Amino acid sequence: MLAYIIRRILYVIPISLGVTIIAFALVHIAPGDPLNAVVGADAPAEVVEKLKRDYGFDQPLPFQYARWLGRALTGDLGNSVVNNQPVAASLAIAVPNTLMLAITATLIGFVLGACLGGLAGYFQGTWIDKIATGFGVTGVSVPHYWLGIVLVIIFAVEFNVLPAMGMGPGGSAGWEWNWTHLRHLVLPAITLSVIPCGIITRTVRATVAEILSQEFVQALHAKGLLHGRVMLHIIKNAAPTVLAVMGLQLGYLLGGSILVETVFNWPGTGYLLNDAIFRRDIPTLQGTILVLAMFFVVLNLAVDILQTAVDPRMRRS
Amino acid sequence: MVVRPFLRTLRTTAVALTLAGAMALPAAAQGTLRLGMTANDVPLTWGQPDNGFEGFRFVGLQLYDALINWDLSSADKPSVLIPGLAESWEVNPDDPTKWTFKLREGVKFHDGTDFDADAVVWNFAKLFDEDSPQYSARQASLVNFRMPGFEKVEKVDDYTVEFTTKEPDSFFPFQISYFLMASPSKWEETKDWNAFAQDPAGTGPFKLDVLTARERAELVPNAEYWDPDRVPKLERLILLPLPDPSARTAALLSGQVDWIEAPAPDAIPRIKSQGMEVVSNVYPHIWPWHFSRVEGSPWNDIKVRKAANLAIDRDGIVQLLGGYGVAAKGHVVPSNAWFGTPSFEVKTDVEAAKKLMAEAGYGPDHPLDVKMTISASGSGQMLPLQMNEYIQQNLAEVGINVDFDVVEWQALLDIWRAGAKSPQANGTDGVNVSYTTQDPYSAFTRFIRSDLAAPNGVNFGYYSDAEMDQLFTDIQTTFDAAERDKLLAKVHTKMVDDALFLWVVHDVAPRAMTSKVKGFVPAQNWFQSLTGVYMEE
Repeated sequence: MLAYIIRRILYVIPISLGVTIIAFALVHIAPGDPLNAVVGADAPAEVVEKLKRDYGFDQPLPFQYARWLGRALTGDLGNSVVNNQPVAASLAIAVPNTLMLAITATLIGFVLGACLGGLAGYFQGTWIDKIATGFGVTGVSVPHYWLGIVLVIIFAVEFNVLPAMGMGPGGSAGWEWNWTHLRHLVLPAITLSVIPCGIITRTVRATVAEILSQEFVQALHAKGLLHGRVMLHIIKNAAPTVLAVMGLQLGYLLGGSILVETVFNWPGTGYLLNDAIFRRDIPTLQGTILVLAMFFVVLNLAVDILQTAVDPRMRRS
Repeated sequence: MVVRPFLRTLRTTAVALTLAGAMALPAAAQGTLRLGMTANDVPLTWGQPDNGFEGFRFVGLQLYDALINWDLSSADKPSVLIPGLAESWEVNPDDPTKWTFKLREGVKFHDGTDFDADAVVWNFAKLFDEDSPQYSARQASLVNFRMPGFEKVEKVDDYTVEFTTKEPDSFFPFQISYFLMASPSKWEETKDWNAFAQDPAGTGPFKLDVLTARERAELVPNAEYWDPDRVPKLERLILLPLPDPSARTAALLSGQVDWIEAPAPDAIPRIKSQGMEVVSNVYPHIWPWHFSRVEGSPWNDIKVRKAANLAIDRDGIVQLLGGYGVAAKGHVVPSNAWFGTPSFEVKTDVEAAKKLMAEAGYGPDHPLDVKMTISASGSGQMLPLQMNEYIQQNLAEVGINVDFDVVEWQALLDIWRAGAKSPQANGTDGVNVSYTTQDPYSAFTRFIRSDLAAPNGVNFGYYSDAEMDQLFTDIQTTFDAAERDKLLAKVHTKMVDDALFLWVVHDVAPRAMTSKVKGFVPAQNWFQSLTGVYMEE
């Protein structure tokens, strides 16, 4: 087990290096000058050149990469070319906001998805299965940008029961764990939970159905175990797959909520990325992509280790 | 006899109550205004704002003043320049490269320090002197291009400064209205523009109270503002960046904000049905096609340019915009002093357009192919895809087949800057970029003067005309405003008569607000005053 964990942690090093290369190179693929979007429309060439030197954009790309990587290792992700603020500081504000949203959405998606998927798998072929599967397919198919707008129209504009945007009366800086603020979390979290909910429903359904068809389940029934006890065994067997899917989903939600965060003006990493993309804020883009990708890498690592702990077969392999 | 003292008491009480009521009026006429901007982020607060003119409108000109300000008090006539931090200015008749500015005395920055000639010199060093400790390349990149002829500024006495320009330039007063004055002492406290941005000090009618990047800026009134008539009535102004039009509209309809910029056109009937107001007014903006005039461009033929201008149905486009637009008659509106007396009328006349195309050698059997580069979105671009497709249909009717190269907004600006001959222009015959016509340089000079073709400027099409160049030389040395306007009218007359652009519409800047927002005067300008605005209880 320990050897596996060490091996798995060692894998993270080349993966992370690959991630840094992609995070750095990706933003340079877009055509055009890295500063054109932030300087005035007809800014004098000498001022633009001076800015380029200040930000190091006049250096060859491999040199820029080496310098960026060296600084990133010390936690310095450079300064935004738009507002000159340290990227790490912007991320320190945005990441907790996104985590709050992503974890809430994953929890909603996981609880709802596991229940629906479990029911669908257990009662395969019945109307319960059809309803749950239908819900799962819809969840995966609905574009959450559209769903967000629809939910806002219904609950914020028409019924005026939930807010349409933001993190509360004072913004993220004034966040408190009370209903005044939590009500701002409801619509974006539900919107964001729909896709993981659909995916988890389908995964759990397929896994439960597969386990049910295995001989050991028949053996358990033959031994006279009650349904509840049998279900426990099924859950235990299904857990590794579901955990892996949930871990991946959380990873996706951490990085993939650009649209939802924009629709709801939720000041998280997605909103930060959206702003950085439109204004070609290369340091912010690179820093945010790197941090989000590293989240994914770490989450995968955690899921792998957790799976191994839950499933002894994986330890042996 | 007990009644009389009672009546007296009653009367006294009534008078006292009335007085108290009257005194309480300003307090009642205050409140907090929550304003949803279209910007992705709070515009920079350190002096020179980013986010284009929206940054000037809501942050720059609220926290700061320029030496010359815009008069934003009238909705009925185009705004004019008025004294700001300078009480008067004049050009030296013997050497028109020198301008003397008499500064306003008794003005204080938000940190309590005095505004004087040293502050002016310091602020220009911040932008033009790379060796000064306060030099900010980022701020310079945002504004220096508006004053291409700056040479130096010197202190004459505590309240007089003298500017020197590289060559005589009658547009200097317009240019200086973009240069905002920040407190040197405040910067000296930290010697760091990032720290200054968090706690800035200007001389403007509002002071910054709270700033959360990408989320909000909260401004409070500067009770000691130098112009007592413009001390803000609001108690607090909250600026919220809401870039997504549907999110912005939903925020207004659900009562989370009181005012939004640029509501989605299709949401306007709904906004109005909830008793809210949609305020609009024409302002210096034009949505055109800017033609390439390099060798081989189909737009080099004046008949084709005129035919295109006659072929499009501008009223239909205004309808597409929900009525929020004005059909263009030229680069500026006819009521503008610079409009002139063009003989070519920009209007819809499809038959005349067909005739011109036939004269140019084109027709239904032999259509003209043109390629235009457009964007799917962008600042001031209104509804670029729908509007361009509408124009494409109109032009097809007269024998002009338009092929679009749709690029991202920033990529379009890169092409526009690089010019029609550049490789990234990819052989395009023109670009669709909307323009400000707020000042003569932005409206005309930069597109027309032949020496401002890439890489020197944004004469995208490489337009070159000796007569026009001479006119601009004359204009820059004409310091009498009325005479200068007459010459600018000549420029515009020639522009229209030569059909230099395909002019489509002027935006009217619709902004939606709840019925509680009172006192707003929509000036015919990109900038707006918020000092008279208050919230009704």
